[in-house]
Amino acid sequence: MLRFISHRLLQAFPVMFIIITGTFFMQRFVPGGPFTAEKAVTPEVLRNLNAYYHLDDPLWKQYRDYLWDLCPKAFHPSAFERGLDLKEAFGIDFRPSFKYPNRTVNEIIAEKLPVSLELGSYSLLIALALGLPLGVLAAIRRNTWIDYVCSAAAMTGICIPTFVLGPILVLVCAIHMGWFNASGWYGPIDRVLPCLTLGSVYAAYVARLARGGLLEVLNQDFIRTARAKGASEARVIFRHALRGGLLPVVSFLGPATAGILTGSFVIETIFQIPGLGREFVNSAFNRDYTLVLGTVILYAALIIGLNLVVDVVQVALNPKLKFE
Amino acid sequence: MNAELKPATAVEAQERGRSPWHDAWRRLRRNRLAVFGGIVVVTLLVLCVFGPIFSQSFRDQNLDLGSTPPSRAHWLGTDTLGRDLFSRILYGGRISMMVGITATLVALVIGVSYGAIAGFAGGKTDAVMMRIVDIMYALPFVIFVILLMVLFGRNIVLLFVAIGAVEWLTMARIVRGQAMSIKHMDYIEAARALGFSRRRIIFRHVIPNLMGPIIVYTTLTIPAVMLLEAFLSFLGLGVQPPMSSWGVLIKDGADNMEESWWLLVFPGTVFSLTLFSLNFLGDGLRDALDVRSSKD
Repeated sequence: MLRFISHRLLQAFPVMFIIITGTFFMQRFVPGGPFTAEKAVTPEVLRNLNAYYHLDDPLWKQYRDYLWDLCPKAFHPSAFERGLDLKEAFGIDFRPSFKYPNRTVNEIIAEKLPVSLELGSYSLLIALALGLPLGVLAAIRRNTWIDYVCSAAAMTGICIPTFVLGPILVLVCAIHMGWFNASGWYGPIDRVLPCLTLGSVYAAYVARLARGGLLEVLNQDFIRTARAKGASEARVIFRHALRGGLLPVVSFLGPATAGILTGSFVIETIFQIPGLGREFVNSAFNRDYTLVLGTVILYAALIIGLNLVVDVVQVALNPKLKFE
Repeated sequence: MNAELKPATAVEAQERGRSPWHDAWRRLRRNRLAVFGGIVVVTLLVLCVFGPIFSQSFRDQNLDLGSTPPSRAHWLGTDTLGRDLFSRILYGGRISMMVGITATLVALVIGVSYGAIAGFAGGKTDAVMMRIVDIMYALPFVIFVILLMVLFGRNIVLLFVAIGAVEWLTMARIVRGQAMSIKHMDYIEAARALGFSRRRIIFRHVIPNLMGPIIVYTTLTIPAVMLLEAFLSFLGLGVQPPMSSWGVLIKDGADNMEESWWLLVFPGTVFSLTLFSLNFLGDGLRDALDVRSSKD
């Protein structure tokens, strides 16, 4: 297993390198820069700004310097001469932002990421808490009205995208009923609508996958054996069937977390939530080179890391799979 | 002449037996939800393609009208510029469906040829090609698409390419798996024995036998693509005015929902109904063509 994990981590390096390089050069090959949109910039100021951010350097030099700064300081030869500060040694420096003077990308991420993570994790919890029982129920009561209702609910959830569901929920629950605030991210009550919107789509997928997986397992011989031995239905389901039946759900969690991360872009826009997703879209519009790069790197690392966790859990649950 | 031909064709049909496609068609017709989905999709397609010829232009503004609720003159109401919402939905549907179909075709062409070549070649070629797919799977593509749309202007051709580039990966995986199993079939051996070129075997013998999974997955990719387009348009990154798509209409609706609920509810309903129908049709096709359900 350790070999599997280390192999995958090693594999992540070229992937991250491609992502960083791709993003870096993609931004630079496009006309316009971070300061072209600002009106009140005199040529002298512009020259100073360009000099400050090293925008006049040749592109390859800027790229090399960026990668160099990205490296944790512990790997710099100079670090040992200066003596190591632990926090500095293993931290990653995303450099100052172009658009927010006097703020580094690290500070911006530290402020915005927790909001997005909170939104994402509640949504994932809702997806599982809503989707699993629905899917299991549908599978146990296969081809009864309960199954039809659950399956129809799941299909509805899949087909109503977040950017339709979100505004409709706001319209009904916030504007007409007045139960919630239409937007903002202050009290706990402001978490309800955004997390419900984002979670329900994934709840629908989870329900469908849980139903399908469970049905496949319930047809297998070892379930018949368990029943023949006189195990109660509850024991058959919870003890024998669920472990294998939920495997499709586990393997879906990888794509789901990636989807929830990017899905939060829309949710944060609809509900005016000060999260990293909205910041990313804005920073791309603003050509805030360093902020875009920092966010992309962070998202990529999150997605790769979470996929690895999901794969490990999957193999741990499924005796048929082995670490390759 | 006709009298003479008829018995001949009847005998021929008997000898040929029922083709697998015929069986699949019968199974599909028995699936009520799939039939419903198919009817809705075809209806919407016809309405969107031919409807705008008969309805008002989506550019016809009537600023005096402002946004009015549904009425007899404007069945689904009008938007803030006094444009008829019904015709706007039809025009938007054209773009949404065009993006859905074109980008799916892009994904189809890339994915099928890539997957078929990898699966059929096997060995090192396959290992390298699939490793590339694995690596691309790990990339946060939606983020890249957003970046691409922001940086390179919101160009509709780019939209097709960007979405197609995201969606081909799964298609390649499915096709490759199928190609691997087809490779060992006797008729491929026979074609090889006859000395046909690799190229000919792949395009003439392997790909036609892959049609089942390809049809199913294409039907399921179209709604995924339409969803991605609407997602981008909602963020203001997709189709630009004066063109509109369902994503753009939903965005407009969400911005004005406090005064005019119909601007959000109707485009949203039509869009969801389309996704619903396409998904049911795809599921029905999967059962009818007896494609082993893949992980996605």
